Amino acid sequence: MISANLSAIFYLISGVLFILALRGLSSPETSRQGNLFGILGMVIAVTVTFLSIGNFSVGFIFVLLFILVGGSIGAFIAYKIPMTAMPELVAGFHSLVGLAAVFVAISAFLNPEAFNLGYPGNIKLGSLIEMSIGAAVGAITFSGSIIAFLKLQGIMSGSPITFKGQHPLNAFILVLIIILIYLLCSTQSSNFFWILLIASFLIGFLLIIPIGGADMPVVISMLNSYSGWAAAGIGFTLENTALIITGALVGSSGAILSYIMCKGMNRSFFNVILGGFGATDDTTSSSTKEQRPVKSGNADDAAFLMKNASSVIIVPGYGMAVAQAQHALREMVDTLKKNDIKVSYAIHPVAGRMPGHMNVLLAEANVPYDEVFELEEINNDFANADVAFVIGANDVTNPVAKTDPQSPIYGMPVLDVEKCKSVLFVKRSLSPGYAGIDNDLFYRENTLMLFADAKKMTEDITKNL
Amino acid sequence: MEIDPLIFRLSIFILSIFVGYYVVWSVTPSLHTPLMSVTNAISSVIIVGAIIAGLSGNSNSIFNNSSIFGFLAIALAAINIFGGFLVTQRMLAMYKKKKKNK
Repeated sequence: MISANLSAIFYLISGVLFILALRGLSSPETSRQGNLFGILGMVIAVTVTFLSIGNFSVGFIFVLLFILVGGSIGAFIAYKIPMTAMPELVAGFHSLVGLAAVFVAISAFLNPEAFNLGYPGNIKLGSLIEMSIGAAVGAITFSGSIIAFLKLQGIMSGSPITFKGQHPLNAFILVLIIILIYLLCSTQSSNFFWILLIASFLIGFLLIIPIGGADMPVVISMLNSYSGWAAAGIGFTLENTALIITGALVGSSGAILSYIMCKGMNRSFFNVILGGFGATDDTTSSSTKEQRPVKSGNADDAAFLMKNASSVIIVPGYGMAVAQAQHALREMVDTLKKNDIKVSYAIHPVAGRMPGHMNVLLAEANVPYDEVFELEEINNDFANADVAFVIGANDVTNPVAKTDPQSPIYGMPVLDVEKCKSVLFVKRSLSPGYAGIDNDLFYRENTLMLFADAKKMTEDITKNL
Repeated sequence: MEIDPLIFRLSIFILSIFVGYYVVWSVTPSLHTPLMSVTNAISSVIIVGAIIAGLSGNSNSIFNNSSIFGFLAIALAAINIFGGFLVTQRMLAMYKKKKKNK
């Protein structure tokens, strides 16, 4: 048994180690060390908790058992998961944090003595408020992440699900949640606690179903943020510094990522949350589509163009992940490099289904990270490059975003792919991207469309080089 | 008059938000996916609360209606801690610099 003050200091140390863990991610060189700091912080927090309870009875063995079972499942998933499935994995993990927060809150509500929060039916007011906020946010995180997971996994359709009266219903439930917290605090009745949880699960579900597949980067970041706030809420209840610090870190981290993602699409946060724009534009784009001439080519033409280029910029998108084309792509680039062609990669902030998705896939395929550039770093280079190779990206290259104020994506930062001498666009068909609008790039004089599966086309090009 | 300890916790919370804000802006965009998986892992420090909840039962009934939720939370948080840190490690190991002698 160690004193409360000593354990508080250790919790503070583990909080600081978590800060260092995030700090390490400022560059790939320091990142691995950062991760070790994070692990160390976790070990300290768990050990100190055991020591401060000081009760090494049968219950303790069960705790270890549950950690072992959960830990093995987690380790198993971590080793088995393919890199293309990272968005689903992260969404799934968020749901677990949310549910864990809910469970801890339930346990604290049923047995407040164990946490020094008062007695059932007479819980300290402050603790009750913190507890109910933690539980509500946790429940929202849980059900929201489940929906995000199902959508990313393809079990649920990625297209937005909207119905009449959706926004009033959501607003009603949100108000209801606030009223329930108030009633719970004034009456201490457990009935309100359970209804509060149900309402929170429901709103998490309702908030995410209208959001479409390509808006998932925002959703995942937002749920990341929520899981942090839920942890912080529980941290206040338990008066635990490590949890409060971590909750604040994770909460602000998720919020910043959401902001970066929204900016990458030039949409406001509320615009994303209130439902995807793919929903309304689908019908109009298909009916008004005019038949314009496109130039299409085969792997041979593409190989010829690239062989005669001196610099090539690759623009990967979600389609590359779907086709698992990252390894084939790297092989193609290796061949190009052997012919003394300069190759770099251009990543749009919202390429893929989560922040940094493309970077991880390229890293998996052994692409050195100093060949991979962000939008602002590389956008001026397109004008001097000979070939842009667009693989699985679409809306993020659409020049309409710069020229047509009527377009739904007007103002969105896009990669200036059209400034290249020639553009190779690997795509399965001419269908519009997520935003539901035609890509002007398809019909440009310097664009050659390569209609094929991304992986197969890339392999064929390599053969022809 | 003594200051309510809640104020101290609130101070830690607010200052941590600012620390988080500046630290996360300095994270390079190419590491945003590992950032998400590692924040996931560290937010599972909620296991601390789960352990207290799990050990709240007495020796006659290790599993009572309150501690059972604690145990479930322990398992969930443990999945996240191990899964989160390990998958982050796995990702970070893939980020390599260009080989000089090529």
